[in-house]
Amino acid sequence: MTTTLEAPPGGAPERTARVANPLGRRVLLAVAAPLAAAVFALLVSSIALLASGNPPLEVYSKMLTDGTQLRSVLITINNAVPLYLAGVAVAIGFRMALFNIGVEGQYALAALLAASVGAAVNLPGALHIGLILLVAVAVGASWAGVAAVLKVTRGVSEVISTILLNVIAAGIAAYLLAEHLQERVEGSNNSATPPLPESARFPNLNGLLDGLGITAPQGTNLGGFVLVAIAVGVLYWVLVNRSLFGFEMKAVGINPFAARASGVHTKRTTVITLLLSGGVAGLVGLAQVLGTSYSYGLSFTAGLGFTGIGVALLGRNSPVGIAFAALLFAFLERSSSTLQFIDVPTEIYVIMQGSIVLSVVVAYEAVRRIAATQAERAVRHATEGSAA
Amino acid sequence: MTVAGSPSPSLATPESAHAPKRRFGGWQKVGLITLGLLALLSLTRAISGLDEITSSGTAGAALRLAVPIGLAALGGLWAERAGIVNIGLEGMLILGTWFGAYVGFEVGPWWGVLAGLAAGAVGGLLHAIATVTFGVDHVVSGVAINLLGAGVAQYLSQVFYGDGQIPGAGPTQSAVVSPLPDVSLPLLSSGPDLLRDLEDTGLFFLSDAAGILGGLTRDVSLLTLLAVLLVPFSFFVLWRTSFGLRLRSVGENPVAADSLGVAVYRMKYAAVVISGAMAGLGGASLIIGSIYREGQTAGRGFIGLAAVIFGNWRPGGLAAGAGLFGYADALQLRAGNAVRGLLLLVALLLVVVAIVQLVRRRLPMVVAALGIGIAFFLWYSVVDSVPTQLVGFTPHLVTLVVLAAASQRLRPPAADGQPYRRGQQS
Repeated sequence: MTTTLEAPPGGAPERTARVANPLGRRVLLAVAAPLAAAVFALLVSSIALLASGNPPLEVYSKMLTDGTQLRSVLITINNAVPLYLAGVAVAIGFRMALFNIGVEGQYALAALLAASVGAAVNLPGALHIGLILLVAVAVGASWAGVAAVLKVTRGVSEVISTILLNVIAAGIAAYLLAEHLQERVEGSNNSATPPLPESARFPNLNGLLDGLGITAPQGTNLGGFVLVAIAVGVLYWVLVNRSLFGFEMKAVGINPFAARASGVHTKRTTVITLLLSGGVAGLVGLAQVLGTSYSYGLSFTAGLGFTGIGVALLGRNSPVGIAFAALLFAFLERSSSTLQFIDVPTEIYVIMQGSIVLSVVVAYEAVRRIAATQAERAVRHATEGSAA
Repeated sequence: MTVAGSPSPSLATPESAHAPKRRFGGWQKVGLITLGLLALLSLTRAISGLDEITSSGTAGAALRLAVPIGLAALGGLWAERAGIVNIGLEGMLILGTWFGAYVGFEVGPWWGVLAGLAAGAVGGLLHAIATVTFGVDHVVSGVAINLLGAGVAQYLSQVFYGDGQIPGAGPTQSAVVSPLPDVSLPLLSSGPDLLRDLEDTGLFFLSDAAGILGGLTRDVSLLTLLAVLLVPFSFFVLWRTSFGLRLRSVGENPVAADSLGVAVYRMKYAAVVISGAMAGLGGASLIIGSIYREGQTAGRGFIGLAAVIFGNWRPGGLAAGAGLFGYADALQLRAGNAVRGLLLLVALLLVVVAIVQLVRRRLPMVVAALGIGIAFFLWYSVVDSVPTQLVGFTPHLVTLVVLAAASQRLRPPAADGQPYRRGQQS
């Protein structure tokens, strides 16, 4: 991973020259990869289901019916929000071939400190939430900053440093929670930070749903944090497609030497990219802190950082693609949760997620190669034709 | 995998400058460092009075805890020497634990070891198909395999153990696998157990050495022995056979290797499958005499990868790295308060560093080492114990510091992590 000459992972299709490639074939190629991947993933999960003596079709149809009920849809959207943020955080790094595997540690520390600060101060609503967001972003960015500094000053690969920093962050978070930040509740074993006051709780969007003529079922709601995710998505789109910095990121990712030669500060770009990635990572845990649990405790959701890598890969680093990927992952998890009633282990969704990611990356790489060979052939054909 | 901004030129110089010296005194140097470390440990034990620092119990536990990490690290070494980064070690480790525990309980512990090894190898094969045949980015494929490995283990646990038909097993854990036989050194650590007698005398240095040696040789599981032997075995195969030379040439310069007739793809496949098998064996080592539990690997695959880098992509180095992780773990598990002794050990180590730097006349380094050393000593003298949560990541922090300090001098295989396609010079 030293001097990465290859395209950013998750790949830049831009690289495959679009010369003289008929539109029809291009569309076919673009559709081929996700289609092949979906078929393969279904195949793997079907084998897993058959091996455990369950009829795959019945399972899939149950997942489809249960997963599309309004209640499930709302829960899916809510669960997709942190996955989306984690996916974007990872994708920002991927844009310049940086692997931020440390999202896990970044969001744990950020959620803990943001929840503590939020519980300690008292401010009017918007300001209060703003402060919590700010703390989370700052903490996430600084933790990623450690990896960034180690990379540009000492040449330590971010892959390994962020893995190590994950463990260190988990240790620090556990220590801070147990020794300094937890609120002891009589008769309860669960150690957690003090609950956030009303002013710091993110409003839900049930009112909006009512306006649309949809009534959220009893006990469910559409979390307001989805707005933050959308805002982050829009900003990410602007960054990638409409900003000079986004262009520089991509340039460094594809060819750091060429980028440096054309005047891009590669080190500065690296640091800023990792800070941005960590900043977004800091927001991952806040959907839960501000929307449902109102505190950070031992039972706080872990593992989103690693799932986020899968989401980013599946979404091909595109703001919209990651949204679909996050929704798909959340849908699989939600819709499999009722499978236990027909005696199918709910864990089938983890296998589905894993096989989807693996087959998607393989399929895209295969298609990229086919497209590249075709483009090459087309160029050769065209140049030979003009020479003759 | 790690590394330097500018590749070969800057790295070539120190390497070639050091080479003759290393050849001249390699073994003496290792021996000297081992003796020095032992002396420092004894000194730490004597000053702090924390006997656990060099007790045979700690040493034995350290060895046991180092085994899965060391095997994962060997897996990383095999793959990376052939140019394939294997982040999927964690997933292969998990596969090893699950299948090892299932077969180990149903058939017998040795079959469990074999099953773990085979399951890991299948994970490796999957990684090889994705990275070698399809050219998928190595880290990407590894991440996917980690997701998949964890998913398969969770799912299978539900299927096979979820109904509670096997006593002791449940949706997230297996039944107990019987242990493998233990061995000890005759006379020295069994029977008359001379090392134990020496350890009990409490003599400075001698009893410490006896404690550590006794711990490392008393009641050692055959699987542990096998794991330890795999380190020199890997060295021998990779550095002393033509197969190893070919395998490493693929990791250094696949294009050149190909032009000399080395079957690059086949070599990479072999390396990654062996890598997975090692990781699977590491998984099996966790469950033999114990059970499979969800999440029990706890990132050991990643730590193994860190140990590879810590050890500069060499078997001896990664064994030392795994030993360090195992020791810190053991100390924390056996006697939380003894961890305070580590602070003193670090202070003493830094004093040694300061002396070395003084000889080399690098004054800023002397001041820095002494300053940090004194800080550690003060920390040691004011606290009664170090919070366990912080101790848990000591080895990770040490690895990070070592990487930061030495990453310029580390030398990964030149083509590590790069995709290779026959006929394309990328």
